[in-house]
Amino acid sequence: MGPYILKRLLLMIPVLLGITIISFGVMKLAPGDPVSVVTDLNPNMNKEAIERIRAYYGLDQPAYVQYAKWLKNMLMLDFGRSFAPDSRPVIDKIMERIPVTLLINILSMILILAVAIPLGVMSAVKQNSVFDKGTTVFVFVGFAIPTFWLALLLMILFGVKLEWLPISGLRSLTYAELSVPEKVLDLGKHLVLPVFVSSFGGLAGMSRYMRSNMLEVIRQDYITTARAKGLDERTVIFKHALRNALLPVITLLGLSVPGLIGGSVIFETIFAIPGMGQLFYQSVMSRDYPTVMGILVIGAVLTLVGNLLADVMYSVADPRIRAAG
Amino acid sequence: MYADFLRRLARDKLAMVGLCVVAVLFFVAMFADFLAPYPPDRIDVEKILVEPSRDHLMGTDPLGRDVLSRIIHGSGVSLSVGFVAVGISTFIGVILGAASGYYGGLADRIIMRFVDIMLCFPTFFLILAVIAFLQPSIWNIMIVIGITSWMGVTRLVRAEFLSLRERDFVRAAVSQGASDLRIIFLHVLPNAMAPILVAATLGVASAVLVESSLSFLGLGVQPPDPSWGNMLTEGKDNIEIAWWLSLFPGLAIFITVMGYNLLGEGIRDTLDPRLRR
Repeated sequence: MGPYILKRLLLMIPVLLGITIISFGVMKLAPGDPVSVVTDLNPNMNKEAIERIRAYYGLDQPAYVQYAKWLKNMLMLDFGRSFAPDSRPVIDKIMERIPVTLLINILSMILILAVAIPLGVMSAVKQNSVFDKGTTVFVFVGFAIPTFWLALLLMILFGVKLEWLPISGLRSLTYAELSVPEKVLDLGKHLVLPVFVSSFGGLAGMSRYMRSNMLEVIRQDYITTARAKGLDERTVIFKHALRNALLPVITLLGLSVPGLIGGSVIFETIFAIPGMGQLFYQSVMSRDYPTVMGILVIGAVLTLVGNLLADVMYSVADPRIRAAG
Repeated sequence: MYADFLRRLARDKLAMVGLCVVAVLFFVAMFADFLAPYPPDRIDVEKILVEPSRDHLMGTDPLGRDVLSRIIHGSGVSLSVGFVAVGISTFIGVILGAASGYYGGLADRIIMRFVDIMLCFPTFFLILAVIAFLQPSIWNIMIVIGITSWMGVTRLVRAEFLSLRERDFVRAAVSQGASDLRIIFLHVLPNAMAPILVAATLGVASAVLVESSLSFLGLGVQPPDPSWGNMLTEGKDNIEIAWWLSLFPGLAIFITVMGYNLLGEGIRDTLDPRLRR
């Protein structure tokens, strides 16, 4: 176990370096640099002053020196200060937004697993039944529906017409006056639509994946053996088949992390949820480059961590991986 | 072989539905000027936010413009973004995947590592970041979607090349002294076309989705030019009073994406005998 994780960690280093190089490259695409921000404000600046500012930001040095410096700061989680009027350190702004985004993404993942696994298993076991066909239709709808449109439709239905659920923010205006159970209920109500919307696409993908895994597994010899032993169908499906069909799901969960995090931009913007996605959108709109870069790098690192967790979980669940190293 | 393929594809009902959707979309985009009942940018202050009616089948927007006409004129954007973006990503994917799979070794390792790295970025984050640094315009969007979505094709092409390069007909070509380029493009690539075609069709669907999301967020096609995504922004702004602004443009996106997906899945099922039951 130990050597396997160590090997995975070592393999992460070149990928991490690559992430920073690409991020740095994206940053260099920006028209103008911090100097032009200053000279725009004060066009009469003399040449020496401009040179001093360039030197201050290290812009007079070759790109690789700038990159090395930037990387050093990044390793110490120093992403600089935001260009926004509050000019707070970028890392502080990101850190206070991360919990909300993680909460919603983790809830979505739980929902995806809780719904997609039974759905996939059932439609595989009853292949070509009405239930299976219905699931297939749902899967195709799930793949084709734009998340933000689904969000709008649900807001109109449950927020505007039926008035069952709030459509923006995480808390009601009266939040401070509520008792603790009421606060939880209030938060829960605000989370229903965002969590549902963010998990919808994943739900479709995961059910389809689960279905084809299960179809594959129930054709294996050991399932025939289990049936031949006289085990009842429930034991065959849920004990022998499901465990093997579940293994690849772990990998898919890891792979779905970038999609979920990226999707948070859309639903957090629509539902006015103060998470990392909304911060990213606001920073993009206001050209707050340091914050954009910080979130880009942190988002990629979160993905990497998600993949690592998935690999570790896989090796815990499947002894063959550990043996192969 | 192609005639046989087309005959079998024609028997796949869902794929034909998809093909019809795509064909209708082309038709609508091409003849938008004739089909639209009103000019897409004609402002009518007496008809602001009119509900769907006989005169305006899909209602009007906050400036009194006809929603149906704007949807018809917005189809061109979705169509062209899908094709150009997928053209770019398929081109990059085929070149890198072929190099990786055919030559193997160091080139393979470097390219695959690069793919891993690109896949680490939350897709939408990378696209938004690049758009933030450039200016949002339809051309930039096509390019950005293209250069951030080639990784899947690369892996696919590589896998095809890995298995095809061991086949006898490739060895025969090598023994005849054919150049690498000739083998890659004339012998191996044509045999790998099927999965590439499927990936490209499905890729158009996802490019349409990404473009509409970007336009919805205000980072894509800029008003007053109509696109289905930026029309939905108006839907959101008027969500309490005008449901039709949210419903119809989204429906157009949904049907388009569904059409490409059905077509792509149909081609896949037709080409891959293992999936046929």
